[in-house]
Amino acid sequence: MAFKMTNKDYDKLVKKASPNSKLLLDTSLAFVTGGSICVIGQLLLNLYLKLNIDKETASNLTSVSMIFIGAFLTALNVYGDIARFGGAGTLVPITGFANSVVSSAMEFKSEGFIMGLGTKIFIIAGPVVVYAVISGVVCGILKYIMLIFGG
Amino acid sequence: MTDKLIWAFLVGGSLCAIAQVLIDRTSITPARIMVIYVVTGAALTFFGIYENVVKLAGAGATVPIIGFGYSVAKGTIKAVTEKGAIGILTGGLTQTSAGICAAILFAYIVALIRNPRSK
Repeated sequence: MAFKMTNKDYDKLVKKASPNSKLLLDTSLAFVTGGSICVIGQLLLNLYLKLNIDKETASNLTSVSMIFIGAFLTALNVYGDIARFGGAGTLVPITGFANSVVSSAMEFKSEGFIMGLGTKIFIIAGPVVVYAVISGVVCGILKYIMLIFGG
Repeated sequence: MTDKLIWAFLVGGSLCAIAQVLIDRTSITPARIMVIYVVTGAALTFFGIYENVVKLAGAGATVPIIGFGYSVAKGTIKAVTEKGAIGILTGGLTQTSAGICAAILFAYIVALIRNPRSK
């Protein structure tokens, strides 16, 4: 049977089988990579809380530490290698946010530190910051209205 | 303590897995997915849902970018409650200032001393 299969048939078979297995592999890798990054974050948070740092400072320090790790691995050109198999697992965590800011800064400094780096440092991370701020303002307005009406 | 680590892995991993499925199976760009995550995080926080996820999963809920939306919304709601209308403008970035400032600072330092990998 198999040797009677034309290339076209084979292509069809491959196409039928591969998207699902690719999706499963990609998704599993993203799950494990992203989950592991979050575990590192939790370990750092546990450490800071153990050092009797107050809750808010500890969570700020955790964010800063994760951003430092993302920036450091980007500087060593390692983050991109992890991203190649981790996919969304490296994109979604805050380390991915750091990676996008740091890699943009590195890339666009060649266009000058003011008009290159200065304007393009948020060329990838910009949308996230803009829509986070806008969502925050909307939440604030709604909360303010609720407070006025005794909510 | 160990429970927190397991939940952090499961919740953080799931949030990343969902994004991966969206990237592989839809035509939504990663940038749009990140924006959807952030806005969803803010909305879930406003309705008091995300705080419970954070209580359960800790860093598994705050390290993914959806946690950025959570922080902005939480900071704004807190500031509005404590200081009134001005909190609408001050709360969001106050809560997230450490992260944003650190990202800019580290990026600047890295750009000073490192060059991008030549393509």
